[in-house]
Amino acid sequence: MDALFKKYEGKIPNSLLKEVKENLPDKVTPKKAEAVLQRVYEECQLAKVDAGESVGLIAAESIGEQGTQMTLNTFHYAGVAEMNVTVGLPRLIEILDGRKNLSTPMMEIYLNSPYNKGKDIKKIALSIKETKLADIASEFSINIAELIVEIVIDEGKMKAIGLDTAAIEKPLSKAVKDFEVKTDGNIVTIKSTKDESLNELYKIKEKIKKVHISGIKDVYQVLPVRRGDEFIIITAGSNLKAAFDNEYVDSSRTTTNHIHEVLAVLGVEAARQAIINEVFKVIENQGLNIDKRHMMLVADMMCSSGAIKGITRYGVVSEKTSVLAKASFETPIKHIISAALVGEEDKLNSVVENVMLNQAVPVGTGLPSLVTKIK
Amino acid sequence: MPEEFESQYVYKKVKSIVFGVLSPKMIKKMASAKVVTPELYDKEGYPVDGGLMDTRLGVIDPGLKCRTCGSKLKECIGHFGYIEIARPVIHIKYVNLIQVILKATCRECGKVMVPKSKVDKYLSTIETIKKENGCDKMRAYIKSVVIKDLVAQTKCPHCKSRQHKIAIEKPTTFLENDKRLSPIEIRTRLEKVSDDILPLFSMNTEFVRPEWLVLTVLPIPPVTMRPSITLESGERSEDDLTHKLGDIVRINQRLFENINAGAPEIIIEDLWDLLQYHVTTFFDNDVAQLPPARHRSGQPLKTITERIKSKEGRIRHNLAGKRTNFSARTVISPDPMISLNEVGVPKIVAMKLTVPERLTEWNMEYLKKFVERGPKDYPGANYVVRPDGRKKRITDEMKEQILEELQPGYCVERHLMDGDIAIFNRQPSLHKMSMMCHEIRVLPAKTFRLNPAVCAPYNADFDGDEMNLHIPQTEEARAEAEVLMKVETQLISSGFGLSVIGCIQDGISGNYILSELVKLPRRTAIDLLLRVGVEDLSRLPKKDIIEGNEIFSMLLPADFDFVGKDKSGTPFVIKKGMLISGALDTANLGKGSGIMLRDLHKKYDAKVTAEFITNAMRLGIYTVMQHGFTTSVEDTDLPHDAQAKIIEILDGAYKKVEEFIDHFHKKILETFPGKTMAETLELRIMEVLNKARNETGEIVDKYSTKATGTIIMSRSGSRGKPLNLAQMAGCVGQQAMRGGRIRSGYKDRTMSCFKQGDLSPAARGFIRNSFKGGLTPSEFFFMGMTGRDSLMDTALRTPKSGYLYRRLANALQDLKVEYDETVRDASKKIVQFQYGDDGIDVSKSENGTINIKRIVAEITGK
Repeated sequence: MDALFKKYEGKIPNSLLKEVKENLPDKVTPKKAEAVLQRVYEECQLAKVDAGESVGLIAAESIGEQGTQMTLNTFHYAGVAEMNVTVGLPRLIEILDGRKNLSTPMMEIYLNSPYNKGKDIKKIALSIKETKLADIASEFSINIAELIVEIVIDEGKMKAIGLDTAAIEKPLSKAVKDFEVKTDGNIVTIKSTKDESLNELYKIKEKIKKVHISGIKDVYQVLPVRRGDEFIIITAGSNLKAAFDNEYVDSSRTTTNHIHEVLAVLGVEAARQAIINEVFKVIENQGLNIDKRHMMLVADMMCSSGAIKGITRYGVVSEKTSVLAKASFETPIKHIISAALVGEEDKLNSVVENVMLNQAVPVGTGLPSLVTKIK
Repeated sequence: MPEEFESQYVYKKVKSIVFGVLSPKMIKKMASAKVVTPELYDKEGYPVDGGLMDTRLGVIDPGLKCRTCGSKLKECIGHFGYIEIARPVIHIKYVNLIQVILKATCRECGKVMVPKSKVDKYLSTIETIKKENGCDKMRAYIKSVVIKDLVAQTKCPHCKSRQHKIAIEKPTTFLENDKRLSPIEIRTRLEKVSDDILPLFSMNTEFVRPEWLVLTVLPIPPVTMRPSITLESGERSEDDLTHKLGDIVRINQRLFENINAGAPEIIIEDLWDLLQYHVTTFFDNDVAQLPPARHRSGQPLKTITERIKSKEGRIRHNLAGKRTNFSARTVISPDPMISLNEVGVPKIVAMKLTVPERLTEWNMEYLKKFVERGPKDYPGANYVVRPDGRKKRITDEMKEQILEELQPGYCVERHLMDGDIAIFNRQPSLHKMSMMCHEIRVLPAKTFRLNPAVCAPYNADFDGDEMNLHIPQTEEARAEAEVLMKVETQLISSGFGLSVIGCIQDGISGNYILSELVKLPRRTAIDLLLRVGVEDLSRLPKKDIIEGNEIFSMLLPADFDFVGKDKSGTPFVIKKGMLISGALDTANLGKGSGIMLRDLHKKYDAKVTAEFITNAMRLGIYTVMQHGFTTSVEDTDLPHDAQAKIIEILDGAYKKVEEFIDHFHKKILETFPGKTMAETLELRIMEVLNKARNETGEIVDKYSTKATGTIIMSRSGSRGKPLNLAQMAGCVGQQAMRGGRIRSGYKDRTMSCFKQGDLSPAARGFIRNSFKGGLTPSEFFFMGMTGRDSLMDTALRTPKSGYLYRRLANALQDLKVEYDETVRDASKKIVQFQYGDDGIDVSKSENGTINIKRIVAEITGK
């Protein structure tokens, strides 16, 4: 049987081959199995795309047309009732723009085996959440007489996260150079090593409120949820790199909706897949149906240069070689002016230029041509 | 090749377009007239020699002849002229480049501000980048690396002179150490820049010299490009460009005169600045810091830049999108009796639009009859085209003469007839299914008729929608339209691989009635089928009373097998072309989900499927007509115990909500993690109320057992959902805005009839009444709120999604599958090695894949 499947490897796409394997009844004669494979192969051949098929436009149509049916309602609850996520058209635009600042960055953190069983899940979640000094301090004050800043730490809050006061000292002294940090019970004092004015001290007091103490930076909200038979943590705010460094985190399954972070941490291929997944999530959430191939094409287009290019005039469109194609999109004057300086040549390879000149476009039935020898 | 056909063939094709900058020499060389006077016409109204409307620049008046090419109006395409500018002016579009060049080159020796070795290094890098990555990458490199370096230098390495600070005082004044640089000085400096370093500024020596960017001569566009219009009063109204050019020429003349007369420098400078302003606004009338030139009425002039850019500009309006002849537009109305593939065309339209037919020996007699009938008798002909391309209108007087003249090679433009090919379109054309090819059926009355089943892909309804019809004029176009665009070829969506066309409305209701409710006497059944158009009745069971699904089965191919599920989840089985179990509803007859239609398409072909849909629609409609179908208020009546139950459920929910609110006020409500108590309360209340509404829905569903029109529609899925029925009979439910209950309005309350801080369901947009029962005034207002909200949503969404679509289409339009199965863009860069990783066309797949289960079942017989 395996030999049979081997024979059809390369002839039938692997995903289909796997599906055949799963669906074949247990007691099937090799003859019938081969007949099935042969049929699948034939149907694959029949379903092949024609050369010249304008797949790009079809993808754009499929996504664009469905886009008109999406809701604009920005916020919705995705999976969990407690967290707001951008969905629908605004999210789709966000992804396809290739934006670096998302309106709702999010991570789904999967945990390593002993931790994902739900024991101490709240504590783990809290340790992942970013804690700033202001979150655990109950009071900031300036002692004018001695020119020191006094911070009163709320021990209850510290305990909940699982930190002791010593853990504060280190990041704090790192953040404020030229100052001496001392801990005494639940009071932390900061004293200048040089003579500083009161004004400086006041600035320092404001600055240290934002000092990162523990957890993953930029994660400002955490929510443990049960998924299947394990617990995962959904976070608001995303920082994939720091999450992967965390000992609790299962880095093979943890994901983010921030595509640029995926690119930075895992590379383009992962980013491409992330785009597909994120677009698919939006489509599915809206109850629409678009084939994955169209999203794949868009994602491939965005990632083909090795970096993420948005579908904007600065991104994918700027990669075009044709002057007229760029000019027909946005800022036509700019493109024509700079083309004139270089004496750029438009070879008329793509669609719009030929439409402009009333010529057959080089896609679909406009693709084939004849070559004859002239005597 | 016969001589008379030759005029049709394309001999030349544009292979490429090169962009460049016009040199002063070139401007003079291509000009056919020098413009010297701002006057346009003399006393008699003739164009003045040397004026802006000079007949050497082309003609726009009938009767005049162009003095350059000798041709008349519409034949002469126009010719450029030029004017000599008294003092040079700067071209507004190149101001930044000029600044960069001035900064990067030495003011004394004109050399670049870096040593020769560095220049050579830059030049070679630029060259390789240009060759390997194209002009855009080169420009980016120059901008980010080269220019930055060059501009940063302060001392010339060649002659050791110091560089001064060059600043621009917007828009066109250059300052060197706060002293004004005149365009003459700038031009002399630019002249000093040698050819070999131009690539450093992304300039190509073959096409540009930097000094050309400071204008000394200005080309005057041909008159044909700026035609004047004659108003009703006989007055002439000139084009905006002519106005602007008039300003330029006038000031230029004044400047010349003043220079020659030796006027004081101040006056000359003022005029010079004015000239600069006019030339600048001639190119672009929307420059920052420059007041736009205006008409006397105060409306800004549309000059060259405004003509080109934006949606209404030349590129997007006239070049990327064009207007067409041989098209018609009118209101649409439904006609289920015509086929899916047809479009009903009113006779008046059919008599205006024509199809050209080439006259040969063999169709001579046939076509002569059309000419004989002329334009007023249907089916006649409107025009005859002679082999030399001259078109002749057929009139009663000319008819005899034309008939005698006709011979092979002539072309007769005859009226539309049944079976002609047309392309039918409804805007917005978001889909390829928004333009499909139909066969023409000439029908009486004045609307286009289409089968209601094709409404879905066009997204059309009949509340006054209009659609467009185009008649392809060549054999190639017709063949291509028929093979690629016909409705039956578009049944399967290329977006998700399922049917986009299915039965709708009565087409489904009727079939549902047939499968669930009726048995018909044999005679009636045969009558029904014959009306639908089924003539082969051999498969009809030989019984006196025939079941509804047996009647339906006559539409199916005799060897069709299918197993699926209907809307309610019961098995839907077809064996040997006979419907054995299951109801005929949207799940199998409708679009999208209709796996049965997809299967039919796969096993047979598009034609069979299209015919099936057409027939099923007809059968449904005739059944509805025969059986009778209505919907009334009575349909939503509920028995007393059901009403009591609904009241009980709602009261229970209200009580629960009250409890929550009470807990909230006492601050003992358990909060959700990460939420405040108020937020938790909202979530809790929403949950309870939604549950209550759903329960009322279930009760309505349970008690509505009679097969009334409303219930048939919601059960079969032909119109309306169970929810709509529940809202009519039971309870409308919570009005939600932005994912929560309504909270905006007055301070701490939604309307002035409620107490401040009232959190009860009724005060926050819960509508407990049913539509039939009637809404209270406050409930009515809440509905109005959400109604307005959704209206706003639609209005805001359309432009947003439209822009996204435009960007997507522009970015992806030239991706295509090559012969080697790779997907590449216009410059042959590979985007995918195989389309979608498996090379399968979505429109040929079944919901995106090959249906393995079906194949296995077919072959193993399980």
